[in-house]
Amino acid sequence: MSAYLHTAWTVFLKDVRIEARTRESLASILVFSMLVAFIFNFAFDPHPRVLATVGPGIVWVAFVFTGVIGLNRNFVLEQEQGTLDALLLAPVAREALYAGKLVGVFALMTAVEALMLPVFVVLYDLPVLNGPFVGVTLAATLGFAAVGTLFSAIAVRTRAREVLLPLLFLPAALPVLIGAVASSSDIFAGQGWSEYGRWLQLILVFDVVFIVVTSVAFEAVIEE
Amino acid sequence: MLYDDLQAAVTEALSATHYSIEAAGLNKWFGRTRALCDVSLQVPSGCVVALFGPNGAGKSTLLRVLAALASADSGSARLAGCDLRREAMDVRRAVGYAGHANYLYADLTARENLRFHARLHRLPDPAERVSALLDGVGLAKRADARVRTLSNGMQKRLAIARAILHRPRILLLDEPETGLDEQGLELLNHIVLGLAKAGGTVVLSTHAVERGLQLAERVAVLNDGALVMDADASGLSATAIHAVLVQGERTA
Repeated sequence: MSAYLHTAWTVFLKDVRIEARTRESLASILVFSMLVAFIFNFAFDPHPRVLATVGPGIVWVAFVFTGVIGLNRNFVLEQEQGTLDALLLAPVAREALYAGKLVGVFALMTAVEALMLPVFVVLYDLPVLNGPFVGVTLAATLGFAAVGTLFSAIAVRTRAREVLLPLLFLPAALPVLIGAVASSSDIFAGQGWSEYGRWLQLILVFDVVFIVVTSVAFEAVIEE
Repeated sequence: MLYDDLQAAVTEALSATHYSIEAAGLNKWFGRTRALCDVSLQVPSGCVVALFGPNGAGKSTLLRVLAALASADSGSARLAGCDLRREAMDVRRAVGYAGHANYLYADLTARENLRFHARLHRLPDPAERVSALLDGVGLAKRADARVRTLSNGMQKRLAIARAILHRPRILLLDEPETGLDEQGLELLNHIVLGLAKAGGTVVLSTHAVERGLQLAERVAVLNDGALVMDADASGLSATAIHAVLVQGERTA
């Protein structure tokens, strides 16, 4: 295994082990996500015509807000325990540390989304359990995780990190969010690849751009 | 046991350079505060340096800069023959650093913490090295206990074990005696003197002047970011060091 992959995998496994032991992030994100889904259920008329319009918004508001909570936790643990310095003391590429963190955030967000999909089916009868929507969700989540990991590394060194992170993250992730909502809308309306495919392609392009740019920027952000 | 493989690495490094640490004109600013003021320091291999100074003198900043954790605004440094800016990765391989924080994951066990760092450093013998270190710092019986259940002193021992895990040629210790009991202090002495005997270099910042003088061959005193004293420790008394420190505090 290359040094890059070895480092990323080591950091990812460490984060998974800590999360599996504490379940702090998963539990808080899941509870928040459920609350958002339930509150919207009372706020909107569950008529299919209404849900076809607001359904994609409900799903992605829940996913993005819960993602912000997960991102906030991403580097907080390292900062609180001083282990961020220990990571930086290691003779490893900073891009590999970033990749490990990114995969951890992606895995956490994906796990929460997987648990939430049946909830959206039960509460709103939304057609979310299908290949196209799962594909869009995975692609958009990767984009969120890429941007979010970088901005959580920036925010963690500030005092107002809980406020700063969404302020930085949401505008930057907007292209992916717009693509996710628009393609979800097409999928829920029963449109084919020709409709949702162009949005999915847009999301994938932004994924590549985000991953490349944030990987390069990470070293400058993380080092004192 | 802790230095079995160090001698060869140190001998190789010694052949490349006489000085383990060569810093020239280091300056560091935090906003409008000058944390390091034109600090130049040359430390030969196999030497223990005690770094003294009042709070806020710049000791921690200097050690962080030398450990490649913070970058100096100007000046240059070479550690183990490697340029701090251009060969930071090689510097990180050569340097062990223990700071104020313990740098440990509270929800991992002592063994898991060390194995994580052993994997990051790509040690060839991670399991054996980790077991030997845990035994060496007296934590073999608590190796599989989560760090949050260990006492402060035990965590400090584990932090020191993490710092020497990759067999560094240069060890930078920032007030390492904090939280250590008598046994822990003896262990620290053993590690510092053992590394120096094997040809490694140790820079140890401390407020315990008498202890620092016992361990060190050289003494450096920082005040207000500037190096105000850099002398051979032999012949220096604790009283003389205290006098320099008091003088520095008055002029700061």
